[in-house]
Parts: sequence; structure tokens; C-alpha cells
Amino acid sequence: MSDANKSYGLIAEFVNPADTMHAAEKIRDAGFTRWDVFTPFPVHGMDKAMGIKNSKVGWFSFIGGVTGYTSGMLMIWFLNAVDYAIPVGGKPMFSPFGAFPPSYELTILLGAFGAIGGMLFLNRLPRLHHPLLKNRRFAQATHDKFYVVIECEDPKYSEAETRKLLEHAGSKHIEMAEE
Amino acid sequence: MADATGNMKVFAPPAGLQRVPLVTNHRSIGWISDRIAGVAEGKTPMWWWIAFGISLTLMTVCFGLIVYLMSAGPGVWGLNHPVMWGWAIINFVWWIGIGHAGTLISAILFLLRQKWRTGVNRAAEAMTIFAVMCAGIYPLIHIGRIWLGWWLFPIPNANGIWPQFRSPLMWDVFAVSTYFTVSLLFWYIGLVPDLAVMRDRAKTKVRKFIYGAFAMGWTGSNRHWSNYEKAYLILAGLSTPLVLSVHSIVSLDFAVSQLPGWHTTIFPPYFVAGAVFSGFGMVLTLLIPIRRLCGLEDLITKRHIDLMCKVTLATGSIVGYAYLMELFIAMAYSGSVYEAFAFKNRMMGPYWWGYWIMMACNVVIPQLFWSKKIRANLMVVWVLSILVNVGMWFERFVIVVISLHRDFLPANWGYFAPTWVDILQFLGTFGLFFTMFLLFLRFLPIIAIAEVKAVTPQADPHHPEGGAKPGHGGQH
Repeated sequence: MSDANKSYGLIAEFVNPADTMHAAEKIRDAGFTRWDVFTPFPVHGMDKAMGIKNSKVGWFSFIGGVTGYTSGMLMIWFLNAVDYAIPVGGKPMFSPFGAFPPSYELTILLGAFGAIGGMLFLNRLPRLHHPLLKNRRFAQATHDKFYVVIECEDPKYSEAETRKLLEHAGSKHIEMAEE
Repeated sequence: MADATGNMKVFAPPAGLQRVPLVTNHRSIGWISDRIAGVAEGKTPMWWWIAFGISLTLMTVCFGLIVYLMSAGPGVWGLNHPVMWGWAIINFVWWIGIGHAGTLISAILFLLRQKWRTGVNRAAEAMTIFAVMCAGIYPLIHIGRIWLGWWLFPIPNANGIWPQFRSPLMWDVFAVSTYFTVSLLFWYIGLVPDLAVMRDRAKTKVRKFIYGAFAMGWTGSNRHWSNYEKAYLILAGLSTPLVLSVHSIVSLDFAVSQLPGWHTTIFPPYFVAGAVFSGFGMVLTLLIPIRRLCGLEDLITKRHIDLMCKVTLATGSIVGYAYLMELFIAMAYSGSVYEAFAFKNRMMGPYWWGYWIMMACNVVIPQLFWSKKIRANLMVVWVLSILVNVGMWFERFVIVVISLHRDFLPANWGYFAPTWVDILQFLGTFGLFFTMFLLFLRFLPIIAIAEVKAVTPQADPHHPEGGAKPGHGGQH
């Protein structure tokens, strides 16, 4: 790549969740938009501290579930009552009760696909590469350290000011991550 | 890490009311990753190779016998009129029942906010997946002409005939395959943050690449966690009705028929309770030795074992109640001579021993868990947990074989005895189960690292150990 040394953003390390959360509140209130917090586990209350709205994953799952149920019912009706009707024990060719168990299972199956697919889509995963994963120190984000990252692309970003803000928020170690 | 900064005061409940922490010895967050990931890193211990060797041998026996079965036909099993469902169906129901504890721990206890689940859910979910794999083999090979297994799926065969969805056996196909798929996905999604831990710790390029590929580029971003937690919650919400439906549908394989002993409406809840009961038995059987062998005593604590014993006791009592209620319905309430005979035959017929082993192991044994002393003695718990599964296997033996061998007409009666193929086939699935489980132990984090970290006090931003300062910051 030609711009190998382009900067990605400032990464600030924190040692406990409370400090990280207060830093997040400050950055949220300062009006940054392209920033994120990286933690080894989900921190309770961090969504509010970052000003993240309720996740939309539920809608994907709901659409999956509805699709599953409808396709199950329609499939069984078409297969057993229309395309090749087999009379069994005087039972009706199609009954919603007999068709319910498989349709119910398909509701759950497609609902689960929706939840997982929706989560991956909203998170833009899987991705093979992320600039932060190149950073040596950042590897501890999955271990026991907490990071706040403000991207250089953020309209409010200015290296000196942002660094000061992060220092003020209590970070003991701040460095520039490369793209 | 426990250097609480001087002046703060936390009012702790009196000693007698304090709960044992979920991670004992006050371990740090970093220690949790080191300890759990350490199990899958470093030199392979000797006991692992020995266990793996035995399991692999048994698994080979399992697949060898499938080949024998395919070439010779299901006659190699002890099946004959009137007992056409023998060990294959018993084992199918037994294995799939074992799986249910994993989903109960991962989904239902999650919805109930039972934080102790984090110590055991990963291993229990793995157990679910491997148990469902073992279970899935049986109906497939039981159909006799295995190469026509695809007739079970809605794919038209050469004559354009579709599967017939009024049969509960078709419902079973959908229930079990959905159960397997959703359990696998739930497990994998739970693993993603921990695979990222493994990726970031990996020393070799190969490990980094493989763990990295499966971690899908997970960074621990809070914007990701937000969607992730929602997806996890939804999956738990979907898995809960799923797990209840799976064994209900398995029970409908029996209940929808007309046979005395099978044709009963209490089967679905009774099967689900029995499934969870046997599953917890298996979780205890697996985790009691593993916590010692892998040095995880601080993460799978005695409190975890104690709580699992209590769940076993609760579900075992439901099972015991169901047995007695079933007996009452058949003998006194139904007024059906055939139903009454079926139960008299269970107790005093040629298979009386099966019925009484079941009663002893499933009704009497779990009641021992009322005693705190017994729940705290891991050796005893381990033995009892095995007896639970012996009892549950006999429950399915009672339901399948004893109900079938004598039905309405005495001219239609018979006696079933297993052949060596039945027995080795069953032992063989243990080989498959343990081979998978040992590979899981060796290559994946066997405790949910991120989830355990999240339930420690250090992870709570409103707790002094999480960095909260007295007077400000804690009020959200």
C-alpha cells in the first residue's frame, strides 16, 4: 500500500471498566462520532455511556421467524395437500395442527439465522483484517485491558486536542495506531 | 489487583448470608484468560492421550458396526416382531435427552440471569452438540436402507412422492436437525470472543491463522458487543422454546401411537424433565473430573457443583412425580385394561428388573441430593450422576421395549434380547462422544472466558474493584 504509515486513530489504554466508562461519557458529550470502546467482555452500562441506541438485531430475527413459519405451513400444505396428496387414516389432507410442529421448528431455525446473520451484518463481520489488530498493545483488549479509540476520520478530531481529552479522562498510555 | 483505594466503605452482608464468589481465590481478569486458554495450550497431558486412544478405538468400533449393519441389514440387531424399536431408539432418546442440559444451562439459565451458568455453559453446550451427533446416528441407521435417508427431507423422490407430515417421525426430523443447527450456532457465537482471545495469545502462525479465521475479526468493540449481546439474548430466547419442543416432539413419536404405555398425554413434560435430569447427570459426570484434571477448581467451584445437584434434584423429583402419576393414570384413572396390564407387566413381567432399576435410579437416587453433605462430596456426586444416567437409559428401555413386547393380543407377544452388535454399537457412540469432547478440551476454551470475566466484581464499573470511586460515578 502506498500510504502505509497513514494513521488510523488514537488509542488510549485504561485499566478498569469504571475509568473506561467515564472516558466514554466524556467523549460522547464532546460530540465525537467515529470512535469506539474495546473491552475484553461486555461492560454493563457502556452502551448508555457511549450513547448507542438499542440494537436492531431483533428485527432480523423477527423477519427470519415469520419467514420460517410461513414457509413451513405453505410447504406442508403444498406437498401433502396439493402436489401429491396421500390419504392417511382419514385425516384431512392439510391441518394446521399437524403442520405446526415442523413450522414451529422452522420458525426457530430461521429466527436464529436472522439473529446471527443480522448481528454479523450490523457488525460488518466477518472481516479478515482490522488496523487495530496490527497494534501489539491492542492484543490485550481480549485479555484484561480496556481501550478507547478515536479515529482520525472523526470530524472533531485534532491530534493535540484529542490526546489531551483522553489524558484528562485518565488514560495512562496513549498511542497512535497506524492504518 | 485487590488493592482497594483506602477510604471507601462497602457494606457487605453478614458472613452467614454471603455467597461464595463465582471465581474463588479472588483471581484477576487476566488470570481467567491465562488459566482457561492454558488448558488448550502447552503440552498435551498423558491422561489426554490415554483417554483419546480409548475413545478413538471405540469410535472406530461404532463406525465399523455401521458398515456391518449396512451390509447385513438391521437383522444384526436383536430386533424382531413385536419389538421393532430396540436399542437404537432407546439410545437415540437417551443421547438427545442428555443434550438438553446444555441448552438449559446456556439458554434458560441465561434468561433467568443465573450468573453461575458462565462457569459451565461452554462445556455443557459442547456436550449437547456431541450428544445430538450420537443421537442423530441412530434413527439414520435404524431406517435400514441408509442410502435412502434423504427421503426424510422434503426432496421429491423418483416417483414425485413427498414426505408425509402427519407423522410425528417427520416432526422429529425437523426438531432434531433444527436443534443441532441452532445449538451449534449458539455455541459458535458464544465462542467467537474467546476465539479472539486464543488468536491474540497464539504463538505460532498456524494457530494465529486458524483461531483468527474462526474469530471472524472480533476486536471486542463495544458497538459489536451491543449487537452481539442482543443476538445472544435472542438466541437464548429461541433456544428455550426449542429445547422444550425437541423432547416434546420426541415423546410424540410414542404418544401419537395407540400402544398402551405410549398413548399418554403426560409424555411431553415428562420427557423434557427427564431429559434435563439426565443431561445434568452427564454434565456432572464430565465436569467433576475435568475441573480437577485441568486445574479449573477456581472457576468450576463447589458451589457450581452444588447448584447443579439441586437442579438434578428438582428435575429428578418432577420425573419421580411423573412416574407415579403415569402409574395412577394407567392403573386407576384410565379404566383401560390394556393400560393397566402394560404397567403391571412393567413391574412384574419378564423385564421387571428394568422397571425397578429405573425407579431406584430416577426416583430414589436424586432424593439423596437433599443432603448438603452429599452435594459437597464430589466423589459421591460423581457416582450418583452416573447412576442418574443409568436410570434414564432404563427409563427408555422400559418405555420402548417393555411396552412393545406385550401389547393387546397374547398371540402377538415376544421377548427382546440385544445382540453383541447392539451392545458394541452403544459403547461405540461413547467413543464418538468422548473423541469429540476430548478434541474440544484440547483445542477450544472450555469455559466461556469473556462471560466469566463479566461476572467478576472487577468487571463491574459500579463496584470498587471495577474502579468505581465512592461518591461519584456509581450512579447510573
